[in-house]
Amino acid sequence: MNDITQMLMQSTTKILKDVCTKELVNESEQGIWAAKLWCTLADSGMITVGVPEELGGNGCSYLDAFSILRLAGKYSAPVPLAETFLGNWLLADLGEQVFDEPITVAYPGSENGVYLQKQEDGWVISGKANFVPWARFAKRMIMLGRTDSEDVLVLISPEQGRIEHGKNLAGEARDNVIFEDRLVKECRVIPVDAKTVVNKLLYSGAVARIVMMAGALERLLELCATYVTERTQFGKPLHRFQAVQHQLALLAGESAAASTAADYAVQAFQNGFLSQEIAMSKIKINEAVGAASPMAHQIHGAIGFTYEHTLHQTTRRLWSWRDEFGTETEWSEKLAEEYMENGRDGLWPFLTRS
Amino acid sequence: MKSLQLPVVELSEEIRKVRREIREFIFQELEKGTIQPRCDSWLSGYSAEFSRMLGERGWIGMTWPKRYGGHERSSIERYVVIEELLAAGAPVSAHWIADRQTGPLLLKFGTEHQKEFFLPQIAKGECFFAIGLSEPNAGSDLAAVSSRAVKVEGGWVLNGSKTWTSGAHHAHYMITLCRTSPMNPEKRHEGMSQLLVDLAAPGVTIRPIELMTGEHHFNEVFFDNVFIPDEMVVGQIGNGWKQGMAELAYERSGPERFLSTFPLLEELLRALREKGDKRLIAQVSPMLSRLWTLRQMSIGIANMLEQGVTPDLVAALVKDMGTKFEQQVAEVARLLVACSPSITSSSQFDKFMAESILHSPGFTLRGGTTEILRGIVAKGVIGQ
Ligand SMILES: Cc1cc2nc3c(=O)[nH]c(=O)nc-3n(C[C@H](O)[C@H](O)[C@H](O)COP(=O)(O)OP(=O)(O)OC[C@H]3O[C@@H](n4cnc5c(N)ncnc54)[C@H](O)[C@@H]3O)c2cc1C
Repeated sequence: MNDITQMLMQSTTKILKDVCTKELVNESEQGIWAAKLWCTLADSGMITVGVPEELGGNGCSYLDAFSILRLAGKYSAPVPLAETFLGNWLLADLGEQVFDEPITVAYPGSENGVYLQKQEDGWVISGKANFVPWARFAKRMIMLGRTDSEDVLVLISPEQGRIEHGKNLAGEARDNVIFEDRLVKECRVIPVDAKTVVNKLLYSGAVARIVMMAGALERLLELCATYVTERTQFGKPLHRFQAVQHQLALLAGESAAASTAADYAVQAFQNGFLSQEIAMSKIKINEAVGAASPMAHQIHGAIGFTYEHTLHQTTRRLWSWRDEFGTETEWSEKLAEEYMENGRDGLWPFLTRS
Repeated sequence: MKSLQLPVVELSEEIRKVRREIREFIFQELEKGTIQPRCDSWLSGYSAEFSRMLGERGWIGMTWPKRYGGHERSSIERYVVIEELLAAGAPVSAHWIADRQTGPLLLKFGTEHQKEFFLPQIAKGECFFAIGLSEPNAGSDLAAVSSRAVKVEGGWVLNGSKTWTSGAHHAHYMITLCRTSPMNPEKRHEGMSQLLVDLAAPGVTIRPIELMTGEHHFNEVFFDNVFIPDEMVVGQIGNGWKQGMAELAYERSGPERFLSTFPLLEELLRALREKGDKRLIAQVSPMLSRLWTLRQMSIGIANMLEQGVTPDLVAALVKDMGTKFEQQVAEVARLLVACSPSITSSSQFDKFMAESILHSPGFTLRGGTTEILRGIVAKGVIGQ
């Protein structure tokens, strides 16, 4: 890790520790925008990371952006940082200027997509985007659409549509945005190759959730390690019980594995390999979440099951994020396809890329 | 809390070249029929001839100084060579312990004479070692060893016995952990030493212990007034426990802790690919993801060891998760391809399956049991 990355991580950690408190996270779940957190991050230049300076970015690498996201995941930061990165990277790929305001990206899926008709003074838009992260707080939304003649990327304010509030398991805003044959004057429509965009979004989104989950799993282990030394039963701290030690060791294994898997997913993305490494990393980390979260709760006993405690801020996020940008099953199918295509020489050369 | 963070290692073109060379060599030998692939080959694939060929080509003692017969290659180059051998199921058990453990131990603690005498022979693939730790009454509780050496003129006289000693019947020497002072119940880890025992010396008796399959891979070793000259003491008298512990990160984090059943996984994927059944392959994808993650962790540890850092906590984690993985391979494979597992089968898949199942109980025992490892990890995690 170079000096710039290290500095970025130090200042991000400091901001998150100071501003992203338990109360702020809980309030956000009540629907209050975490303005202070967002502004502090924006003032420190954390929003346009991974984008060249000439497009309005701060010039740092994807690696830096993912390091920041990992911390955001660790501290449950209730702001659309990942979505803003993903959106800005898509725009930067297309040579567009990027934003340092909150933006979001509608995940392209069978139910999501809009149809646009050109008018003299704008576009008539119909269709919808479901489960869009943070849509109600986003200044811009990026989604895929179709005109009569081509696939396009649409950059629009979500307020131009009808927003139905919703949330994921962690209480993070996941809204539906609906367009009912509405004439929209202010929107940018960019012709694109839909496949390329979907692919980039799927892989960058997966890596974003991967690093966020790796951060959250690190947090889970820290919470557990602290709790087992503080809580006493039968006259000794919990960590002295072998059964508890085993849970802790298994949890450490999942956390360490997630950390390594995340590092290599980032490296693959940075090197432009939108393929097997990211698939394997997402599968491994999703699996780690399923194993680690129940163990963390078991270790904490009833207190960890309360709203009062902070454990749930992390576990509910893990349970949400693992299903976003592809489940184990979906990525397993993708990996199987890659193996069918490239596994001619056997599994070992496939796995070692050699 | 000790850090669980590992470095990201990028394999250079130089390393790719090393991989191509060793892979090509293994392929040729398999084609010629000089070697037979098998699962768990680092315990049970014995071929003195193959070890000698590897030594001749510079693939043993790769990281050691040239003046001791080594080749001054990087840990990662060595890593690539040993993972290729394991993945192919090549017979490497003869020299495995000497290359992995004895060499680094002697480099760290050995006398000049020991290094000059042993290391070049090991690197040539001509001198094999066994690990003498376990005893009938000292298993997980290794500090309970009771084999005892008593000082005499010019050396030590050793009495006692070791058990479960892999490959002792092929090995020339054994690094033996024994007491050189009576046990102090307050300080059980003190008063132990490591001695280099010549297994051909008078007073040494080796008896086979058959595995449940009837195979002969490990042994009992008895010492009846065996004379050990002073120059065969490793490191300092009384420092045996600490010296032994220093070996453990090497012993626990290597690719042999998750590749023992890889030949079966390779056959499984080959079979599924031939069928063209993507849905079944997708069912193996989580296994591939686990394997990929373990390998990256293990490479990260190899890199840290080279920098002189001993990540013993993560090393224990890799062994715990890796050996569980090795055991799962057969459990997953048998549900995807119907087979009749048999050691004598002419089908590669059935043979690998039999070896994987029948050898699997050992994976989570040897080198420190799962239960013991988890205790070590938990202590590291809470920082005590
Ligand atoms: C294939 C194979 C090769 C081997 N090769 C060698 C070799 O070359 N040289 C050598 O010295 N040894 C060798 N061993 C021995 C190996 O190191 C021991 O088997 C191991 O250390 C466990 O000791 P044990 O078998 O006496 O089991 P025990 O220590 O008796 O343990 C039995 C069970 O009790 C559990 N247990 C024990 N103590 C505790 C505790 N405190 N807390 C919780 N659970 C506990 C263990 O985890 C295990 O499940 C080999 C073993 C195998 C299987």
